[in-house]
Amino acid sequence: MLAGPLTTTETYVFDAASPRRKEAALADLREGLASWRLAWALARLDLRNRYRGSIIGPFWMTLSTVLMVAGLGLLYSRLLGLSLTDYLPHLTVSLVVWNTISIMVTDACTTMTGAEGVIRQLRVPFTVHAMRTVFRNALTAAHSLPLVLAVLLIFQQIPGPEGLLALPGLVLLLTNAFFASMLLGMACARFRDIGPIVANVMQLSFFLTPILWKPELLKNLAVYLPLNPFYAVLETIRGPLVEGGGAPLTWLAAVLYTLLFGAIAMAFFVRFRGRLAFWV
Amino acid sequence: MTHIEASGLRVEFPLYHLAARSLKKQLLARAAVRVRTDESNRIVVSALRDLNFRIESGERVALIGRNGAGKTTLLRSLAGIYEPVGGRLTIEGTIGTLIDPAAGLDMDSTGRENIRLRALYQNLDEAAQAKLEEEVAEFAALGEFLDMPIKGYSAGMSIRLAFAIATAMQPQILLMDEWFMAGDATFMQKAEARLASLVSGADIMVIATHDMQIARRWCTRAIRLDAGRIVEDGPVEPVVAGMLATPD
Repeated sequence: MLAGPLTTTETYVFDAASPRRKEAALADLREGLASWRLAWALARLDLRNRYRGSIIGPFWMTLSTVLMVAGLGLLYSRLLGLSLTDYLPHLTVSLVVWNTISIMVTDACTTMTGAEGVIRQLRVPFTVHAMRTVFRNALTAAHSLPLVLAVLLIFQQIPGPEGLLALPGLVLLLTNAFFASMLLGMACARFRDIGPIVANVMQLSFFLTPILWKPELLKNLAVYLPLNPFYAVLETIRGPLVEGGGAPLTWLAAVLYTLLFGAIAMAFFVRFRGRLAFWV
Repeated sequence: MTHIEASGLRVEFPLYHLAARSLKKQLLARAAVRVRTDESNRIVVSALRDLNFRIESGERVALIGRNGAGKTTLLRSLAGIYEPVGGRLTIEGTIGTLIDPAAGLDMDSTGRENIRLRALYQNLDEAAQAKLEEEVAEFAALGEFLDMPIKGYSAGMSIRLAFAIATAMQPQILLMDEWFMAGDATFMQKAEARLASLVSGADIMVIATHDMQIARRWCTRAIRLDAGRIVEDGPVEPVVAGMLATPD
């Protein structure tokens, strides 16, 4: 009459005197990554539920990007004195990538609080919740790919083989998004003020990062751009697509930022993983 | 061998929203701490204090005590959800928790989708998932409603589905809140048979309950908690008698 026994045999040992936090965190990561199918299913549910009843669904994001590209493209190409052929592909790719970064970071803040019901009732690796956020936003962002393709086609700027470099760039972006979901997801569960702070930082970063404007407009100041982590990560995807490959320095910067960010996120995760159930 | 052992188990609940939830307050608190004493400025509730017990295979334990005594917190700690701040907890055996019937259900999904979701939560393979689906469908007896979003279900229907999903797998250690013993009357007969087989299939059961009848009927041992401490531990009758003799 029962569907069968629970198969996962386990021994749960917790000793407050030696909490073995590192092992617990590593096990969480391992089990979480192994449960990617669960995270994927939850992400697809999120998307479906968010756009339930909507006719074009996630393509609303794409449509709003189209409107932004059209409006800002016409205005800013005149303001900056650039030709549309020069400016529009740059703007389109930048906006699409930026929207992805931005939504992944702001959404990261609700990763754990949004999963409160599960966290307090079931023992599921926290890694799953972080992956769910990443998958969900990656799925949403994928709906904007046709726009990028269309603009590159219209302006005859299909990249050569160097365009494939955008793939490792994408991996860097997703890795950072995962760390952000872990770190911000936990930090925002503990301190509810961090969410609004993050939203403000993202808004400011939009203007400080070369999205509406092009890096070369900074002239000799452009060498300082890799100091901006958002620029570095953005450039690893945009560079290969519209500028014939990113500069090696930006790649180096992007990888360094990712490692640094990952180290911080994992340190935080190891230290506070056990407290999260009390925070959400 | 399946067993649960706790020694000096201590769980504390920080009450962030009362005091130190905001960053500002935390920063201010830090500053104040330095000036005053070394004590951390959090407000904590000691939910469980220095619990020592060992539950062997074959035991059916009732956790009794007043509201706020720490029964559900202890269940959640045993389930590995709340990490203790002190002491040691060893659990050997697969754990099944029946604490919140709606845990992990998605209101916008159909009954069938929710069964699949649960299979993913439990890390089941294809075959086990199909079996679970078939079994839950049969037990919940929702008919065509199984393929409708569960937010359109009546209260009774959601309980049937939740119960069927939650009790479909046989754990070695069954952690249960009393909710699962009290459902709608027509469903209860069927549910009782299922619970009985689940309980007898498990090596250990721990149930938190207010209902002394449940304790008497299902359990071999009772642990009475009060304000986070164990005040009595032993065979059901004397402990229940002690509980009833204590004025509220």
